[in-house]
Amino acid sequence: MRMKRLAAVAAVALLALGAAACGTDTETPSTPSGESPLVGKATAGSLKFGVKADQPGLGLQAGAAYEGFDIEIAKIIAKGLGGDPAKNTYVTTVSANREPFIQSGQVDIVVATYTINDDRKKKVNFAGPYFTAGQDLLVKVDSTIAGPEGLDGKKVCSVTGSTPAKRIKEKFPKVQLQEFDAYSKCVEALANGTVDAVTTDDIILAGYASQAQYVGKFKVVGKPFSSEPYGIGLKLEDKAGCTKINEILKESVTNGSYKAAWDATLGKSGTPAPTLDVSKLTNCPA
Amino acid sequence: MSANLLYDHPGPRARVRNRVLSLVFAVLLLAGLYGIYRSFDSTDQWTWQKWQPFFQTVTLPGGQEVNFWTDYAVPGLLGTLRAAATAMLFALAFGLVFSAARLSEHRWIRVPAGVVVEFFRAVPVLLMIFFLSYGGFWVFGTLIEPFWSVVIGLTFYNGSVLAEAFRSGILAVPKGQSEAAYSLGLVKSQVMRMILVPQAARTMLPVIVSQLVVVLKDTALGYIVSYPELMLEGSKSSAVFGNAVPTFMVLAMIYIVINATLTLVAHLLKRRADRRGVTNTSTKAAAANAAAAGLGGGVGVAG
Amino acid sequence: MDVFSDPANLQLYIDGFLMILKLTGASTLLALVLGLLLAACRVSPVPVLRAFGAGWVHLFRNTPLTLVILFCFFGLYSAVGVEFSDDLHINNYWLAVTGLSAYTAAFVCEAIRSGINTVPLGQAEAARALGLTFTQNLRLIILPQAMRSVVAPLGSIVIALTKNATIAGVIGVPEASNSMKTLIEARGDQTIAIFAVFALTFVALLVPVGYGFSALANRLMVRR
Repeated sequence: MRMKRLAAVAAVALLALGAAACGTDTETPSTPSGESPLVGKATAGSLKFGVKADQPGLGLQAGAAYEGFDIEIAKIIAKGLGGDPAKNTYVTTVSANREPFIQSGQVDIVVATYTINDDRKKKVNFAGPYFTAGQDLLVKVDSTIAGPEGLDGKKVCSVTGSTPAKRIKEKFPKVQLQEFDAYSKCVEALANGTVDAVTTDDIILAGYASQAQYVGKFKVVGKPFSSEPYGIGLKLEDKAGCTKINEILKESVTNGSYKAAWDATLGKSGTPAPTLDVSKLTNCPA
Repeated sequence: MSANLLYDHPGPRARVRNRVLSLVFAVLLLAGLYGIYRSFDSTDQWTWQKWQPFFQTVTLPGGQEVNFWTDYAVPGLLGTLRAAATAMLFALAFGLVFSAARLSEHRWIRVPAGVVVEFFRAVPVLLMIFFLSYGGFWVFGTLIEPFWSVVIGLTFYNGSVLAEAFRSGILAVPKGQSEAAYSLGLVKSQVMRMILVPQAARTMLPVIVSQLVVVLKDTALGYIVSYPELMLEGSKSSAVFGNAVPTFMVLAMIYIVINATLTLVAHLLKRRADRRGVTNTSTKAAAANAAAAGLGGGVGVAG
Repeated sequence: MDVFSDPANLQLYIDGFLMILKLTGASTLLALVLGLLLAACRVSPVPVLRAFGAGWVHLFRNTPLTLVILFCFFGLYSAVGVEFSDDLHINNYWLAVTGLSAYTAAFVCEAIRSGINTVPLGQAEAARALGLTFTQNLRLIILPQAMRSVVAPLGSIVIALTKNATIAGVIGVPEASNSMKTLIEARGDQTIAIFAVFALTFVALLVPVGYGFSALANRLMVRR
């Protein structure tokens, strides 16, 4: 009899444990004064940014610190919201978990090569775009591949289930697609000649090409075959925060901090800073 | 039976033959190793540039100082150990509860517990981890951190394996023990707690330690869902230093040292148990059966 | 359940499990052969072979399979240039099979070795007294008896191998776990149904195998 009860108690305990492990409280941002909850968090120094950790030049975790263009943009935003950029917390996100991370409040803002599209707009709010990328190819310097048309029968690498991978499968079915869980694996495979090209957004590819150990080995083909406006993701209901971030972006162009952010990161590869077209910023639907 | 009884103590001719064979195979082995060395060499895998990060701090062209051990390997190893230890603790609890449940005299406890155990032993851990990591948000309304998807996935699987091991361990305690206990007037839970579990536990200790090796190795699945354990951190470092092959070799060495140590501990524990005479033929068989499942468990084999 | 009414999704599911079966089939055969050879090495009178067998077992038993398979791609294929086929997908399949077999062979070897240990001393001694050599002894006397007690652990190994085949996805082999991930990412709202279908397929595949092997083991068991 006691055995049975013991088992039951333990089972309940286990369940409770499981629930506790999963249950992070999801507080909904309250906007009494019409001000974004982000401002309060910025002043308190508790802003959490979702960023990529494996994309050199954009979001790369080197040691304990994060670096890259996305990180610089996050700093500009934190500063614009009235906070101290040094107090930003960065959380590694992967492509698949960006919406859930925002929705569940695990991060406040996502700056992680995050393409604005209609599907995602249903789940999160987008400020920006702060950059417009396009899917392109990274090849060895001596490669003859001049664009996606020359890829038939070639080995091309991308990330499992990613948008670039899907696009290659649909538009260029004769390509042999190698899929890995991270672009860094693809670039390694390109470096030792296992694959002929790596495909994803040009800016990400440029980041890899500018890595010290690959300098002079790779080139980005430069014929983008898609348009990927990178947005800044935040909670769907936080219209005020979205508007505020767009203002911050506009200001960053005029005060030169946008260009400085570029020059300190992706600009190192020699590419001049792009001009940010502030007229294309989203209108932040509520 | 020990292996060296398969052949006679070598006489003069056999000794010569064994020496010749040893030499031949040694040469073949060395040739093979040299071949591997050369093919790695031909793609510059042995260059100092690729091995330097394991011996000293490297200054990246950006001016940043990065050290393989302090920035990647040690934090990664801590992540691995944290996940393995947590999963093992939960798995032990799960195993105890479900082995007891499967030994229950009530059908309505025994049967569902059996179904749960069989289910989790048949489902690949990776499938569980994917379900929790990618689907967790949809099922539980909140994203499950990679740490917890790894821990929960490993808990259910290893807990089920341990449940079977515990069950056969308890069943293997000689019947006279529980009969004597019952005749002293102990009730079932007392018999279990005071007589059966302590005796089974000693024979099961080596099994538990061996299972820890399985858990530790399987934390590497966390790599696939971006849990910062040893594999992922190592892989990140190889992206920074551009040395995938040397990094994988070093990572393998780290895993081998840890797991070989654990296996040694399991072996010593087993020897101690054998010496103290806490084992008998049937518990030994149970332990062997459970250990055989060590690489990933078998459905319906143990028990 | 309407995820699977879409023919493309259904195909993804079927292809995923066909790949698991193909990986398991080839790897089982290779691992058995390799494991048997390794076991023979480990009990042989030649010290170098014994060391080789022991080295193999320690190397692969203590390394995560994820690492082994990644190494097959980046070490064997990329760095050493081992190439099975021009076709990327066929090549990845065989690289995964190589990793799975090398890893599983270590466990097969240990299972056979402990099976050899269950054969009573007198058998080997009698064989030696009759003048049988090491190979004759192993082939005619010991292994046939050892194999009987190896059946049950081998069952566990085949089952583990089937589940381990999911790890081949790490080098881009389109197997079941990758299919499930893709489906969940496309239809998150149906996560439970998707997981249930994939998990229960594994249960349906493996539980009969488990019971089959233990029935076989019971029939073959030498009553002593």
